[in-house]
Amino acid sequence: MTETTRHTLSVLVQDVPGVLARIAGLFSRRGFNIESLAVGTTEKAGVSRMTIVVKGDEQPLEQVTKQLNKLVNVLKIVELDGQNSVSRELVMVKVRSTRETRSHVLETAELFRAKVVDVAPESVVIEATGNRGKLNALLRVLEPFGVLELIQSGAVATSRGGKGISERALRSA
Amino acid sequence: MSEEMTGSASLVRSLESAGVEVVFGIPGGAILPAYDPLMDSEKIRHILVRHEQGAGHAAEGYATATGRVGVCMATSGPGATNLVTALADAHMDSVPIVAITGQVASRAIGTDAFQEADIRGITFPVTKHNYLITDPADIPVAIAEAFHIAATGRPGPVLVDISKDALQAQTTFHWPEKLDLPGYKPTTKPHNRQIKQAAKLITEAERPVLYIGGGVIKAGGAPELAMLAELAQIPVVTTLMARGAFPDTNPLNLGMPGMHGTVAAVGSLQEADLLIAVGTRFDDRVTGELSSFAPKARIIHADIDPAEIGKNKPVEVPIVGDAREILAALAVALQSQHDRGNTGDYAAWRDRVFGWKKTYSLGYDEPSDGTLAPQYVIERLGAIAGPEAIYAAGVGQHQMWAAQFVEYENPRTWLNSGGLGTMGYAVPAAMGAKVGLPDAVVWAVDGDGCFQMTNQELATCTINDIPIKVALINNASLGMVRQWQTLFYSERYSNTDLQSHEFPDFVKLAEAYGAVGLRCDNAADVDATIEKAMAINDRPVVVDFRVHRDAMVWPMVAAGSSNDEIKYARDIAPKWDGSDD
Repeated sequence: MTETTRHTLSVLVQDVPGVLARIAGLFSRRGFNIESLAVGTTEKAGVSRMTIVVKGDEQPLEQVTKQLNKLVNVLKIVELDGQNSVSRELVMVKVRSTRETRSHVLETAELFRAKVVDVAPESVVIEATGNRGKLNALLRVLEPFGVLELIQSGAVATSRGGKGISERALRSA
Repeated sequence: MSEEMTGSASLVRSLESAGVEVVFGIPGGAILPAYDPLMDSEKIRHILVRHEQGAGHAAEGYATATGRVGVCMATSGPGATNLVTALADAHMDSVPIVAITGQVASRAIGTDAFQEADIRGITFPVTKHNYLITDPADIPVAIAEAFHIAATGRPGPVLVDISKDALQAQTTFHWPEKLDLPGYKPTTKPHNRQIKQAAKLITEAERPVLYIGGGVIKAGGAPELAMLAELAQIPVVTTLMARGAFPDTNPLNLGMPGMHGTVAAVGSLQEADLLIAVGTRFDDRVTGELSSFAPKARIIHADIDPAEIGKNKPVEVPIVGDAREILAALAVALQSQHDRGNTGDYAAWRDRVFGWKKTYSLGYDEPSDGTLAPQYVIERLGAIAGPEAIYAAGVGQHQMWAAQFVEYENPRTWLNSGGLGTMGYAVPAAMGAKVGLPDAVVWAVDGDGCFQMTNQELATCTINDIPIKVALINNASLGMVRQWQTLFYSERYSNTDLQSHEFPDFVKLAEAYGAVGLRCDNAADVDATIEKAMAINDRPVVVDFRVHRDAMVWPMVAAGSSNDEIKYARDIAPKWDGSDD
């Protein structure tokens, strides 16, 4: 497969001002587009976790990973492979729904175990979480009703099994 | 051991605690508070430069010549942005410097205040690390960390930006005993298994080459390199950044590889079956077209920076660690191989590369019109000033000739801007080196183009008793660009004629700065002029060597070409005798 593949990097960083700019800048100047990025606090005070999804070839990605590792505020990087990790994204979709279509829309949401979080005379807002495949399927089904607005979070991901990221070795560089 | 004082005093105390003896800088509004206690410091000498870029390169020259961290200081906004070129230069060439900049008061940050620039953001890509300090209590820790990060691992520049209110506020000075840097732990000790594997490859090889980069000098590994090379009897090539890492007079030294490397050095890499690359990064100016670089070689790549290993070329034996420790460990491992009777036999290989070295020795043509050959000037300068002198070059033809025609015997005697290629580096770098090593003879070998970018620091040198010497290789052009126009642009000399045989009058310029100005335009006077300059030690000297403008740097591998396409001189390709293909 010559097509570039999607990689999910889990990056532990010190929660200090400027750390996001350092990391985003590094990806950009090494020629990578970040597809999604989610940052949040962790179980440890002062440490944030970034889940970064990028598309790219293995070799340049390894170079970016090594460069990332050199940033003083970066504590650890692990690449999560699709098989042994769980990844979730959140979407909110504002869908057109008239009196005639509303029941259809709600039924669809139900099928995807999505929640309705707002109802207005002409629209509903549906909230759903899942992996990329499930969310894409939901969006395809909602499309015909008329998607007024789509808001998507970056992916968050973790490895399967009992070990946390801080106990795992960095993928061999 | 805590004391109450202002943030400014805390900064000065921190610099003193870090062992700083000299700071190159220029005050301005935001950094002004720091300059007040600095005036009273008995440990720190501040040298007032004329442009912040000069402060940055002076810090680099100081660091490269002495091995200590260089320090520069500037105010916010333009003061800080003027440092950017020097920071980028230090980043590319792994030079340990710390830059201190003033920032507008914290409440004004983000308001486009007068002389505000987001220097931390601007320098993210060109520093090893940087800080923005707005709380005076953070100053000692930031300074301690900055010096540690700059000097350890792969060295590099660190910037500490401090807001004016933090400098003015009262604080408690407390120098940290221990640093807490959980994300910064450079590996210095090489992995034993990798060392053994490397030693094994070395004994198995038939055509090995030690491909040595500037990391060996930075690690203080020159003695260990000499030990290993002598033990193994393996030819050595020293990159532009590694000139002086291995004595040029040692027969095993094939000289510099790369775009303007020797035929022997370039040829040895192309024909080698094993590269032992230490403290080097397979830069495009060394490899030429990457896909055809060292096509027959297995590669051992040792570097302190894991990101360099395998970046450009796949590697068989990666070794992460300090170059000095690696070379020492390799020598031990190789000796134990020898003790077991496993010695490589490279005699035939040595004969071949020594043959190239002899046949294609560095040389140049005397200009047919009787004007002065620039290579001759530099050759004589090296011979007269000798291997104990320090040579700082700018960027261009004169830099390449100074790398080729001066014989380097000692590390830290060759200073230049290798990675970034910063014109204007030479004069301030020479100034910094002379401040760090006041007893050394320091020559700036500069071009007339480069010199006009930073020559105002001659005033700094005169006023502060820093008697550097400048050999101006004045061909009245941007010589390297002109060479490319000659070779690749049908001799159409677009905007490379500087007319600097007329303007400025460099002798008068030197005199205006309180330096001695000398001029030389013929070969017969070269020695006497250099000796005259050598005898002046109470002020700077500038020698305007007016040289032939059509002289070219040879050998040459054209940009983007394979190293196999090296030309010994124009239209002359070496013959690779005895190729075993």
